[in-house]
Amino acid sequence: MTAQLTPRNIAIFVLLAALVLLPLYTGLSGNRFMLTLFTRIVILALAAVSLNLMLGYGGMMSFGHAAYLGIGGYAVGILAHEGIASGFVQWPAALAASALFALVIGALSLRTRGVYFIMITFAFAQMAYYICAGIARYGGDDGLTIYKRSEFVAPVNLSNKVQFYYICLALLLAAIYLVWRLVNSRFGMVIQGARSNDVRMRAIGFPTYRYKLVCFVVAGTLCGLSGALLANHNDFVSPSIMYWTRSGDLIIMVVLGGMGTLFGPVFGAVALLVFEELLPTLIKLLGTPMFGEQAARASEYWQIVMGPLLLLVVLFARGGIDGLLRKLSKERA
Amino acid sequence: MTLFIEQCLNGLQFGLLLFLLAAGLTLVFGIMDLVNLAHGSLYMIGAYFAATFAAWTGSFVLGAVLALVATLLVGMVVEVVAMRRLYGRDHIDHVLATFGLILFFDESVRLIWGPAGLSLPLPPWLSQPVQILPGVFYSGYRLAIIVVTLLVAGFLYVLVMRTRIGMLIRAGASNREMVGALGVNIKLLYTLVFGLGAALAGFAGLMQAPILTVQIGMGENIVILAFVITVIGGVGSIRGALVAAIFVGFIDTLGRAFFPDLLRMILSKEAAATAAPALSSMLIYLLMAIVLVVKPEGLFSAGQK
Amino acid sequence: MRKALLAASTALLLAAGPAAAQQKTIKIGFVSTFSGPTAVIGNDMRNSFELALDHMGRKMGGIPVEVIYEDDGQKPDVGKQKTEKLIESDKVDFIAGYIWSNVLLASLKPIVDSKTFLVISNAGPSQVAGEMCSPTVFSTSWNNDQTPQAMGTYMNQKGVKSVFLIGPNYAAGKDMLAGVASTFKGKVIGQELTTWPSQLDFSAELAKAKASGAEAVFVFYPGAAGVQFLNQYAAAGLKGTIPLYTAFTIDELSLPLQKENAIGVPGAQEWVNDLPNEQNKKFVADYRKKYTGLRPTYYGAQSYDAAQLINSAVVLTKGKLDDKVAVQKAMEKADFKSVRGGFKFGPNHVPIQNFYLQDVVKDADGQLSLKTVATIVKDNQDIHFSKCSMK
Repeated sequence: MTAQLTPRNIAIFVLLAALVLLPLYTGLSGNRFMLTLFTRIVILALAAVSLNLMLGYGGMMSFGHAAYLGIGGYAVGILAHEGIASGFVQWPAALAASALFALVIGALSLRTRGVYFIMITFAFAQMAYYICAGIARYGGDDGLTIYKRSEFVAPVNLSNKVQFYYICLALLLAAIYLVWRLVNSRFGMVIQGARSNDVRMRAIGFPTYRYKLVCFVVAGTLCGLSGALLANHNDFVSPSIMYWTRSGDLIIMVVLGGMGTLFGPVFGAVALLVFEELLPTLIKLLGTPMFGEQAARASEYWQIVMGPLLLLVVLFARGGIDGLLRKLSKERA
Repeated sequence: MTLFIEQCLNGLQFGLLLFLLAAGLTLVFGIMDLVNLAHGSLYMIGAYFAATFAAWTGSFVLGAVLALVATLLVGMVVEVVAMRRLYGRDHIDHVLATFGLILFFDESVRLIWGPAGLSLPLPPWLSQPVQILPGVFYSGYRLAIIVVTLLVAGFLYVLVMRTRIGMLIRAGASNREMVGALGVNIKLLYTLVFGLGAALAGFAGLMQAPILTVQIGMGENIVILAFVITVIGGVGSIRGALVAAIFVGFIDTLGRAFFPDLLRMILSKEAAATAAPALSSMLIYLLMAIVLVVKPEGLFSAGQK
Repeated sequence: MRKALLAASTALLLAAGPAAAQQKTIKIGFVSTFSGPTAVIGNDMRNSFELALDHMGRKMGGIPVEVIYEDDGQKPDVGKQKTEKLIESDKVDFIAGYIWSNVLLASLKPIVDSKTFLVISNAGPSQVAGEMCSPTVFSTSWNNDQTPQAMGTYMNQKGVKSVFLIGPNYAAGKDMLAGVASTFKGKVIGQELTTWPSQLDFSAELAKAKASGAEAVFVFYPGAAGVQFLNQYAAAGLKGTIPLYTAFTIDELSLPLQKENAIGVPGAQEWVNDLPNEQNKKFVADYRKKYTGLRPTYYGAQSYDAAQLINSAVVLTKGKLDDKVAVQKAMEKADFKSVRGGFKFGPNHVPIQNFYLQDVVKDADGQLSLKTVATIVKDNQDIHFSKCSMK
């Protein structure tokens, strides 16, 4: 990975620099909401990175990835509700629970392939959703407010917004590093080999089922961590954290950013969430000359733009943002 | 006992309605290998058309027929404009693109018909309860749904098993390349099949409209069930869809009806009250997971995918 | 102590700077549902809030008003994000709205933590009236269980001996069913909670209600679900055989879709469009004039009162909103002409008010509309106020 000054590398560098320097900007401008928004983006980017590991590199199209967000989140929420506020208990519990869930689901789901795999992962996620919605003690459908964020030792305080942001960012970068190491190891080669030709890999003598299962569990665990962060960030956890549309959102992030690329999911998460935040305002600005006073209401129809846009990305920009950047790089070279 | 009979009828009615949706889905899925999440949007559009046309013409039946034709046309247009470009792509592309279509359809409907939703009133001859057994009354309209959907299922059977188009459909489901090689106009066949699927979805939507109101997003939850059925039944198999649909209809209705009482035996009243609706919604997914674990390609797999 | 006070007040003065006397604009955030099938409710709330502003000349105490409407999509997590945006990015002075109890409960923490004034104009989870009450949180609606309690009282008056309860499985649904059960003196034979908001076919529940042999059915389904419930109730042949009692199920939004199926089905409500007071007549008439073809609902009436409540506090404090204690005192006075006639707060900032029996009739234009039949309870106070410590 020799660093060259290609547009792609420049974009990655700019993105990372912006993420690192963001608290400085929000501190100076006093716009705390930017920090809140980007904390959420960084956390969901972590979830997208984990999905990318199995979807982009492993070729396993999971349509139930949000389940791990929920399991990680509920691990934190339930423990906090029961009076155990220590992060040293909560976070390992979140990781262990999601790893275990991924192990069971992965072992069963990997027997199927293609669209059946999509649907069985979806089925398990729906089950997790309904189980959480059914527990009256932890709020059922209404969710659970977390009055106290996870507690760690003295200087670490998750209620400090800047500190929490940097913790999330550090974990995101660590996850990207982990994915990079994994993908470039022997393990990663087998996984990617199995994606393009499972039969051949097995013929050479690799037990691809086991390799895929490990990949499935690693991805689930990472996403569970993201869920623990998200619960802390929201001070709240409810079944809607793992509704199936959330799984869809994560897939959109990965595809939009570029499947099977290291930084693609981060690009995707930033692009999608910033876009969602900006599009209504944008329509309002552009719509005012056309609709006048009605523009404020027109901006509620932002999804009518979002829908076809998604279609266009799928049809004409297959590599996502990373693909576009790479194309630019090639043209330069 | 009468309660049980009534709940079984409810389950049968719901299952047959789901079959209408699942049949279209499984056809498109099996022949074009296309995952169409926007199938639920066609269901919604069918209901909106029916409510609008019924209000214009003043006749429920006439409105329904016009709506059926209109949904067929919308389906064919969607196929030509968007779906055609997705054949041969990854499933993930299908999921994303059709998810985008759902957003588009939902907001378009909101622009055209407004957010309030519509109602489709029944003609008096359909809205009366009917005596099915001495002293047991059942909604006449729900009975009508059962009869009409059974007729449609029969029509589909004849269409697929006894006609030339049906032969091509069956051939397409098991071996796509072969059909093309035989010199059949594949493009036209695909457009027709998609239109047929859309019309079936629209038909389900307009049948359901008088029971539920016509509203935005009405297709999203039900189309998930249709997907579940398609997968349980085996992609491409209409017979599988019928069996799985009735299964799912029964489990959903009977689960909602009798599961809460079961839970009350083991949980406290408070806990059971919250748990019952959630856990009975879960039963269907449990069924699907079990079927797939045991038979990874569904109950009646049509092709060798 | 004295030094600290002095320092604090100087700091306050400095921070407020030249604007200490008055603010340039009054910023109000309004959170409701503007997308999805329940967007009609959000629109009615917005229409009424806007109408109230029109009636005030779009100024409060001479200061221009800016309202930022945010859509919660009926989802707790989205509602919370939007609330945070209003507080942190738009830095609003007041937040109003909230249809759904679960959305409100999720959004409450950032509002209370930032000491932003909140005027809830619909949701009424029991926690907010009780242990989670707060000096800066006010309601212009009710607590969830009050309306069904009134219905329970009415059912006693009618001599109903047994009832079957049906409602949606979320915070408000549970509160409602508990509410009717608390005042109803007969027997509650059975109770069904349904998946919310996705379940719209109630065939299984209706069959159970019928088989239970209960004398009456009580139901709570706001928005479109109420339409489906009533229509299915009639189609199953239950209307006319088992009397139906409702709360928040029949309103001006659902009535055009429920049509004849709603005739003769009683409901309890704290506001009905024909309440005989001047402010209400003006509200209803101007609403129908400004939004042709639409009629205001209780959601709107509560939002109209929310705008009036905020206005009264701004006028009383002469726009000095930095003094939170003064604003709180002014709000507690509730010095405005409510569309409900009188308006006063209990110690937990939830109104003490009458609940009426409403019925569906054909009005002068031949259209179906709601009409007050009787007053069920007078000056009703929720039962949770004793749990409120107002800290």
